[in-house]
Amino acid sequence: MLRNLATLMRYRGLIQSLVARDLKARYRGSVLGFFWSFVNPLLLLLVYSFVFSTVMPNTTVGIQPYALFMFCGILPWTWFTASLSEATNSLISGGNLIKKVLFPAEILPIVSVLANMVNFFLGLLILVPSLIYFHKLHLSFNLLWFPVTVLVQLVFTLALGLMLSALTVHFRDIRDLLFNILTLWFFATPIIYSWQQDNVRKYKHLFDLNPFTHLAISYQETLFYGPVGHWKWLLALGAASVVLFLAGYWLFDRLRDSFAEAV
Amino acid sequence: MTPAIELLNVSKIYRRYGGRQFATLKSALLQRSILRTLQPSETFSALTNVSFTVPKGCTYGVIGPNGSGKSTALKLVAGITKPTTGTVRVEGRISALIELGAGFHPEISGRENVFINGIMLGLTKRQIHERFDEIVEFAELTEFIDAPVKTYSSGMYMRLGFAVAIHVDPDVLLVDEVLAVGDEAFTHKCLDKFSEFRRRGKTILLVTHSLGLVERFCDEALWLDAGVARSHGDPKRVVSEYLMSVEASEEHLMETTTARAVAAADEGVQPPPSEPDATRPPENMFHATEGRWGAREVEIVDVTLLDGDGKPGFIFHSGEPMSIQLKVRAAQPNDEVVFGIGIFSAEGVCCYGTNTFLEEMNPARLAGDAEATFAIEGLDLVEGTYKLDVAVHKRDGAPYDYHRLLYTFRVKSRTHDVGIYRPRHHWTFSPNLQFPAGRDDD
Repeated sequence: MLRNLATLMRYRGLIQSLVARDLKARYRGSVLGFFWSFVNPLLLLLVYSFVFSTVMPNTTVGIQPYALFMFCGILPWTWFTASLSEATNSLISGGNLIKKVLFPAEILPIVSVLANMVNFFLGLLILVPSLIYFHKLHLSFNLLWFPVTVLVQLVFTLALGLMLSALTVHFRDIRDLLFNILTLWFFATPIIYSWQQDNVRKYKHLFDLNPFTHLAISYQETLFYGPVGHWKWLLALGAASVVLFLAGYWLFDRLRDSFAEAV
Repeated sequence: MTPAIELLNVSKIYRRYGGRQFATLKSALLQRSILRTLQPSETFSALTNVSFTVPKGCTYGVIGPNGSGKSTALKLVAGITKPTTGTVRVEGRISALIELGAGFHPEISGRENVFINGIMLGLTKRQIHERFDEIVEFAELTEFIDAPVKTYSSGMYMRLGFAVAIHVDPDVLLVDEVLAVGDEAFTHKCLDKFSEFRRRGKTILLVTHSLGLVERFCDEALWLDAGVARSHGDPKRVVSEYLMSVEASEEHLMETTTARAVAAADEGVQPPPSEPDATRPPENMFHATEGRWGAREVEIVDVTLLDGDGKPGFIFHSGEPMSIQLKVRAAQPNDEVVFGIGIFSAEGVCCYGTNTFLEEMNPARLAGDAEATFAIEGLDLVEGTYKLDVAVHKRDGAPYDYHRLLYTFRVKSRTHDVGIYRPRHHWTFSPNLQFPAGRDDD
């Protein structure tokens, strides 16, 4: 297993070009092309601004501007869900490669996660200027937690991506199941509401069980609120993610030989 | 010298999961064991205990019918699948021409695809840069290299895939029936490239249905049948052994076809009284439907096709002797008997028909069992499948027993001439026109 992980490093050139290919192919044929990576989050931001400042403003007392707060959570969430749904499908849609070319299969889910990470970074180009405009972002050591949070999310997403992609080869139901679970998961995570609301605090222990809670809170603290008080949880999640990643990779490795036959 | 490819007692067993296409998570959870569902419930053995070695620089052909495990063997050598038991060893860099352009992404340009495909096959970016022009030129796609691959025709797609794979410069090249898709010119180019590989001492493993290619091109050959290595060694010998087995299995097929047709026609032996038609010939004798009719005052009890040595069979070679033997039985002594024979091509065209009355022969009297043999000195038919009519009837044509197209036989020929009849012939030329001895199979 460790040797496989090492050979994976030899393939980083391939991963790089596949990520680039994914991003290029995604917008090929559209007029705005690559700009969609910016336009999409921008439109999303406008929609949420409208809903939470005009349609139902009173739920948002205390946090201003609310749309921006939500955006800090939605952007990484989009990365997370898009990665998982694409990774889940990656082995099946890339079946040709697995069956016909000698090719480390784990590259496919990894590419799905990384390509969406690039999209996440492009979304930041909309988020960060907005944060600066509303004087939410302050230059301080606090910001150093941001790359840590991204890294933890990356490992966590890769772990789930590897597991799901390998299992989906044998259980196609996961694709449909995943969609519903992710919707549920979204509302169970303090993204469109704040974890500081009283009725959320009441169930704090339940929320603590949700790994993405800690990621969302960390993003909101580094980018929106200021001081990071959540770092212990974040580091714990980081350690857990590494373990999860190893477990996911082990599972993937166990099932590897069945892919070429079952895809 | 170490062999380039070595398979030692290799078996590959594919599993079928629970007989259903996709296992579902729900059923796995209900049975409380995901791992148990992953256990095979049915297995299929694609290769059984196959061993062979390919020395360095050897061109090795693998032949066999569909589903014999040729492609599985190739995938094992390529490392795409692992053997269930046994070991596979390969020396040097492999490039597999299994599915050309398998990794192409339709939306991006040919240029970008060449790079990504090349990296997948193990080249570095720099190596691809160096070889890029050569690849594009070989694929004959200089004009279209910047167009998205989805706009390519299937031939262009294949050529580009081939060009990339061949420029990986492998030590071992695996080829799976890819030559079948290109046009004539490109096929020649590929063969030239293979020859160049051979000259440079590279190893080629070739899986193909083109037996001529194996005979001409390979140093050694392997014949796989139902996952078992039937024979290997000199390609000429292996190919002819293979051909003989194909003939034997075709013979078997003819036999069962004939047996089934005769049995089906016998169903109508005693037709219900409301349908007396079964004893009458159909209105249109030129309409080719199988069947048997007649009241059987004289019955044809057996029909046997014999070759020149008097051995019964269903496969005959063009130009060689063949005879049709009819065994008949007359319930009552009968003095008005005509034997008839008709040979039809697979399309139902009558190639030849005759009977004893037309040939002005009248038997004095037939009583009890008798035999009639229609001997053909040279079966001058072109290659193909033929069907046979045999009949005994009265002089006016009213049948005692008519067997319509019930017997199937096959004519084989090494010349692929066309038509329905091959006149005995030979060519002569004036002395200033000379044909050097070319093909040795004629």
